[in-house]
Amino acid sequence: MGRSVALPGAASVAPVTDPTLAAAVHRAARGQRLTALLLVGPLLLLLLFSFCFPIASLLGRAIYDPTMADSLPRTAAALQAAPDGVPPDPVFAALAEDLLAAKQDNSLYAVAKTLNSLLPAARSHVLRAGRFLQPGQPATRESMTGADPFWGEPDTWFAIRHGVQRFTTTYLLAAIDLRWLPDGGIGQVPEGEAIYRAVFVRTFLVAAAVTIATLILGFPLAWMLANLPNRLSGRLIMLVLLPFWTSILVRTAAWTVLLQKYGLLNDLLLWLHVSSDRFDLMYTRTGMIIAMTHIQLPFTLLPIYSAMRTLQPSQMRAAYSLGARPFTAFRRVYLPQVMPGVAAGALLTFILCLGYFITPALVGGPADQLISNFISNYINVELNWQMAAALSFILLALTLALYGLFTKLLGVDRLKLV
Amino acid sequence: MKTSFRLTGLAALAAGLLATAPAVAQELTIVSAGGAWQAAQRDAWYKPFAEKMGIKFNEQENSSTLALVQAMVQAKNVTLDLVTVETATVLRGCDSGILQRLDYKKITDRSKFLPGSALDCGMGLDVYGDVLAYDTTVLANGPTSLLALFDTKTWPGKRGMRKVPQGNLEWALMADGVPIDQVYKVLATPQGVDRAFAKLDTIKNDIVWWQAGAQPPQFLASKEVVMTTAYNGRIQNPIDQEKKPFKIAWENQIIEYDMIAIPKDAPHLDLAYKYLAYIAQPEINGKLGSFIPYGPVVKDAAKFVPPETLAKLPTAPEHMKSVLVADVEFWGDHGEDLTKRFNAWLAK
Amino acid sequence: MLLSPYATLGDRLRIGVLIGWCALVLAFLVLPIFVPVPLSVNSEAFFTFPLAGFSWRWYEEVLGSDQWREAIWHSIVIAIGATVLATGLGTLAAIGLTNPRLPARRVIMGILISPLIVPVVITAVGAYLFYARFGLASTFSGIILAHTAVASPFVVVTVGASLANFDRALMNAASICGARPWTAFRRVMLPAILPGVLSGAAFAFVTSFDELVISLFLASADQRTLPMQMFTGLREHLSPAITAAATLMMSLSIVLLIVADRLAHRGRRD
Repeated sequence: MGRSVALPGAASVAPVTDPTLAAAVHRAARGQRLTALLLVGPLLLLLLFSFCFPIASLLGRAIYDPTMADSLPRTAAALQAAPDGVPPDPVFAALAEDLLAAKQDNSLYAVAKTLNSLLPAARSHVLRAGRFLQPGQPATRESMTGADPFWGEPDTWFAIRHGVQRFTTTYLLAAIDLRWLPDGGIGQVPEGEAIYRAVFVRTFLVAAAVTIATLILGFPLAWMLANLPNRLSGRLIMLVLLPFWTSILVRTAAWTVLLQKYGLLNDLLLWLHVSSDRFDLMYTRTGMIIAMTHIQLPFTLLPIYSAMRTLQPSQMRAAYSLGARPFTAFRRVYLPQVMPGVAAGALLTFILCLGYFITPALVGGPADQLISNFISNYINVELNWQMAAALSFILLALTLALYGLFTKLLGVDRLKLV
Repeated sequence: MKTSFRLTGLAALAAGLLATAPAVAQELTIVSAGGAWQAAQRDAWYKPFAEKMGIKFNEQENSSTLALVQAMVQAKNVTLDLVTVETATVLRGCDSGILQRLDYKKITDRSKFLPGSALDCGMGLDVYGDVLAYDTTVLANGPTSLLALFDTKTWPGKRGMRKVPQGNLEWALMADGVPIDQVYKVLATPQGVDRAFAKLDTIKNDIVWWQAGAQPPQFLASKEVVMTTAYNGRIQNPIDQEKKPFKIAWENQIIEYDMIAIPKDAPHLDLAYKYLAYIAQPEINGKLGSFIPYGPVVKDAAKFVPPETLAKLPTAPEHMKSVLVADVEFWGDHGEDLTKRFNAWLAK
Repeated sequence: MLLSPYATLGDRLRIGVLIGWCALVLAFLVLPIFVPVPLSVNSEAFFTFPLAGFSWRWYEEVLGSDQWREAIWHSIVIAIGATVLATGLGTLAAIGLTNPRLPARRVIMGILISPLIVPVVITAVGAYLFYARFGLASTFSGIILAHTAVASPFVVVTVGASLANFDRALMNAASICGARPWTAFRRVMLPAILPGVLSGAAFAFVTSFDELVISLFLASADQRTLPMQMFTGLREHLSPAITAAATLMMSLSIVLLIVADRLAHRGRRD
């Protein structure tokens, strides 16, 4: 892969005819490849152990859920032969046996909970069946639907059929507001329940807005900091780093104090006669983006600043002395060289914004929950880790795809941005 | 310490040493939500129990308790003996099989608890009410009922509500004329859910949503809202300690319980049961009220609560005229899909 | 420095506007950080202006309790550990990554930045489940390891960006002149990419220092961190003690920075 990139180095010396030279070049290339691998290796190994394995096994739950398959083995087997829809008597008998066995080893609740996430309100029906079914009395379709009509619904059996499969795409589909239809196709979830696509779009839009805001605010400041005398810029950089010592919780709390209706910002605007009325900034998207921009600004600014710092001022002077207008010199000489820094800063801020959940919760409005709020709710409150894994998987896939697209479109690879 | 021994492979040596060493005090590891509430539990219950039994409490604070327990159970590395959880989540933990099903024979007679506070996997610790609070300097003649939330004619202005379906849907139905004892029955039907959301629609633009229990008193203090739903203790504290001019409207409050549970495979199961039995005694159960305005869950405990505290509790007779007890089973069935629907509604 | 030697009046005006804009941005960045300072001496337990009265009660709470002091100490130790590991390994990895001969570069890059993208609560649960098998749950090593994972992408990205302008021919030149690889790195490459390394280290530090969710899973009472201590009361009451703690941390860092500034200046004069 790397060989196709034409860059200064031994491999681009072509064509090589002398066999011993060719071998030497080949050896040198291999040596370089080895060095590169050895440099990347330690972090890669550390991440494989401390991050990749743990995450992969958790994200795997998005498609692997053995709960129902393990607890309802007879039902699963009997369903194989049964036609679609509500199955015949033998399946009911198998289900009754399974449910009673599950009640015995206390896994009935887990079955109820899993089925409940596939079919709302199924939980109490499963538990009720655990109560009305009697050992030794073979159940039939008639006896079970008589005790609880729930078991005669085609929807119920559709959910069970899906639930008893160990490998499932149900959660992944649900994470993008899709579902399996009884006819085997894939369709939209009902309108009132469709939510995640909108949340993903919202999350990416908010991240983009904050990234752009930090660029507009940060780029000129980075430029000034990089061009001031060392001593002064050093001190100002310390000011930029100062927020890092304050917890994000405190910074968010500070913004609630500033943004609230009778808060400092509204007081200031009134005093300056900018407006005669108090603004609703708290619990709005605008307020949330302001607070997030504040928290993210150093993350965008510092990489740009470091790229500008490494630049030789003589290059600009050379451009001027060659007769370039300041704007031309800036666009043709300066910008291309600081572009990697801009891309790095924007990338960091954009990705970090995707993970926000404290600031949206405390400053954002009703429709401002980002995807991390939902994932955290599934982990902590619903204990539905399958759904949390599915949402995270989609987020990871979307972000990596976007990153790939970004590097391709902008040709960042050519800019040598890693 | 324990883990470093395991790491360095000195476990056998340590075990040998421990076997010959004099018995070390047993440690009961408990996770609670921290803050003033945990401090009150410490003074009312941990300290006297530790003294009585000659043990030590290892206190932790966490806000992801249930997920931590699930991770511990799945990793077969349970180090916690007792955890406090909310009523809303105890059922999930129970269903997932990560909480011990309680054997009430080892605690006390189950009928001694207030209705709905002795669950299969969780024992009530205290009662709190989801109430309405306002600032008397803003609303001189404030409302007496939570249903004032839906009356924007009499009480215009922003109102704070918790950003969850629980509670809000119930109040919406009550405000729409559903009798209290029918609320969950109606809410279990699709038409009932539609009706509740339609009622919420009428005040949607006037609502400021809160998520952390710390927010409602802050809302009132900063005059961000004219009234807000809140946990009664979070309003009572600033009234008592900061002399804030807040007032609570109790009518149509929703009663909830803080729960304590034992994780599956807890290392000190017997001791954990003994602690539950200890705090279930009426005279002990009532003691918490001396430290924080939360009511006891054991019926006979009321007489051990100081009278001036009793008057502030959600279970005081004059506050109990019309109350709804949160239905754990209902939310176990419908929590996940109603939360989805609620969030979709919020974003509309 | 800000102006080219050939600046016209218009250029000067433009620079003036730019300086004004930068001052505003700097104010936006820094002023909100000082909001907690007056709140930390508020006698009331609420975040509202004007203050109800003056009181040291929140400082007494923070300084008087072992829990707060321990939490600050734990956070500093963990953050330094994670910063050192992430900066060292991240810098090496960035150098390797910018080498065009590295096979499967894009895949490796995707892996290296993925800790930034995966929601932190997933990382926390996954790490707990995995680390518990190795006895790493509830240990400082475990927390540092997990924090290193989420902090390292910052170093890789920032150092990578500063390497983009670095001419690798310089390294060849150094080795031709007889410099050993380490010397060449220290004397030629490192000075050129130092701003990037330092920015990455700062990001790594703050990521660990401010990390809550992973700590909630991997830390027990013996490893309680500052963010854990700050969030503990959130269910009950957002205590102004957090503003006192924030003010203390800021004052400490300002003092440290001033001392460092003085020392550096004196060193230069000698």
